[in-house]
Amino acid sequence: MLKLTGLTKRYATGDLALNDISLSVPAGQVLALIGPSGAGKSTLIRCVNRLVEPTAGAVELDGRDISKVRGGALRQARRQIGMIFQNYALVERLSVMENVLSGRLAYVGFWRSYFRKFPANDVKQAYRLLARVGLESMLDKRSDALSGGQKQRVGIARALMQNPKLLLVDEPTASLDPKTSRQIMRLICELCQEQNLATIINIHDVALAQQFVHRVVGLRAGEIVYDGSPDGLTPDILTTIYGEEDWSLTHQDSGKQSDNDQNDDVEAAIMGGHP
Amino acid sequence: MPLMMNNKTPVWRRREPLAQRLIWLAYFLTVLLFLLCWKIVSDNTIWEFLADAHIQAASLIGRMIPPQWSISGSLLLPLWDTINIATVGTALGVLIAFPLAFLAARNTSPHPALRAFALAVIVSSRSINALIWAILLVTIVGPGLLAGMIAIALRSIGFVGKLLYEAIEEIQVTPVEAVTATGAGRMQILNYAVLPQIMPAFAGITVYRWDINIRESTVLGLVGAGGIGLQMNAAINNLAWAQVSMVFVLIFATVILSEWVSAKVRHAVI
Repeated sequence: MLKLTGLTKRYATGDLALNDISLSVPAGQVLALIGPSGAGKSTLIRCVNRLVEPTAGAVELDGRDISKVRGGALRQARRQIGMIFQNYALVERLSVMENVLSGRLAYVGFWRSYFRKFPANDVKQAYRLLARVGLESMLDKRSDALSGGQKQRVGIARALMQNPKLLLVDEPTASLDPKTSRQIMRLICELCQEQNLATIINIHDVALAQQFVHRVVGLRAGEIVYDGSPDGLTPDILTTIYGEEDWSLTHQDSGKQSDNDQNDDVEAAIMGGHP
Repeated sequence: MPLMMNNKTPVWRRREPLAQRLIWLAYFLTVLLFLLCWKIVSDNTIWEFLADAHIQAASLIGRMIPPQWSISGSLLLPLWDTINIATVGTALGVLIAFPLAFLAARNTSPHPALRAFALAVIVSSRSINALIWAILLVTIVGPGLLAGMIAIALRSIGFVGKLLYEAIEEIQVTPVEAVTATGAGRMQILNYAVLPQIMPAFAGITVYRWDINIRESTVLGLVGAGGIGLQMNAAINNLAWAQVSMVFVLIFATVILSEWVSAKVRHAVI
């Protein structure tokens, strides 16, 4: 589905953010990208949809290299790749519906989008997605009236409006409370299963990642230092990725956690959330 | 090192002693300069004229009060002209400034050469006062409303263009990234991610400029560019101070009205 070969990014300042990354993600797989701040996680996913221009290497989507395409071909490639952001990145003064429909912009012409005349099917899909993420009653609200968790749900709906094949998720839970974080992660993973999407999730919370994903890739200083199952993240491996620290607690913690909702609620209650 | 040890007690000062002394010196020199300027002004003033200034002022105000209410009817049409000059001039200026701002803003400009061009237009419009534009235009298109409208428009381009392009440069980037990531085209990105973010600023800047233009257009008549300024100039030349004060009253009322409208618009668009 997605295949990166020798992907390298050197910023104009001379910093080498990504060094010869090769990675492939099959459809339906949810991959967590972990690593310390500055390891190149954000740069990596931004190189895939070309919000950042890679310096060298190839990004193949369904066998087609999109690392050099321009103009219309680039927009064509981007519309197959949904993206979800840490700080939601909604257009705050637009309504929830407008934000979700903006996921269809690459499919409609300028004037249609200017007059908000989206095809009936798009509107139907937007409504269905908003219902799926539990926000159908909010569709006329202005986005800045929503809570953090609700904004992230709108962000998810916008990304899925594109009917993407690949989903890039940048720190989806970093601004959310523990309970909402779990709900958002579960929602993203369920939707990826439903639609058989290849997914890359940048995430800082190792325990949360272990709970939900199929595969973990550890990035350190722009290089892959771990690629394997979530269970394989031993304290030794975590030390390789993040550096020296007492990891025993994290590991124990992740061992105890399960996908069980009840458990979640107890945990949220302990941490001050409302079950 | 503002933190010093004095008998093992830490003593903290905001600045190094030398820096502190230099700052005191700078204050002292500023006061000295002010006093020097004061002396020059004083030497060039004929203080004898000021001795009866309060009498002169009282006399002038006495001749202004009461305003000559009877002429207010004949002033309404020129006042209407003035409001029209301001409104049409603002609309025309905004129409030109809006696209210019997108060309001038670093994050939306399609090409550095276009950006330089847009900035040059904005700066040259800003560097000339509306009254000067009016003098130029009266000689070009002849006296009357049209000259006033164009003068106001030309001055407004720079003002609105500059404030608007600064607003564009200050928008949040993440929504722009998000809309770009959907595969949207350039114009769609402007429409969906940039425009909503600058709308409050745009509305605020426009009514603010309109508000200023109402006041500026009252003086354009002095150089023949139409409006109530023409009547005011005639009244001043005739030393008809009661008529002048009548003009003042009308301008005052109009400015209050424009303040009210601006406040309403700004409130509505946030």
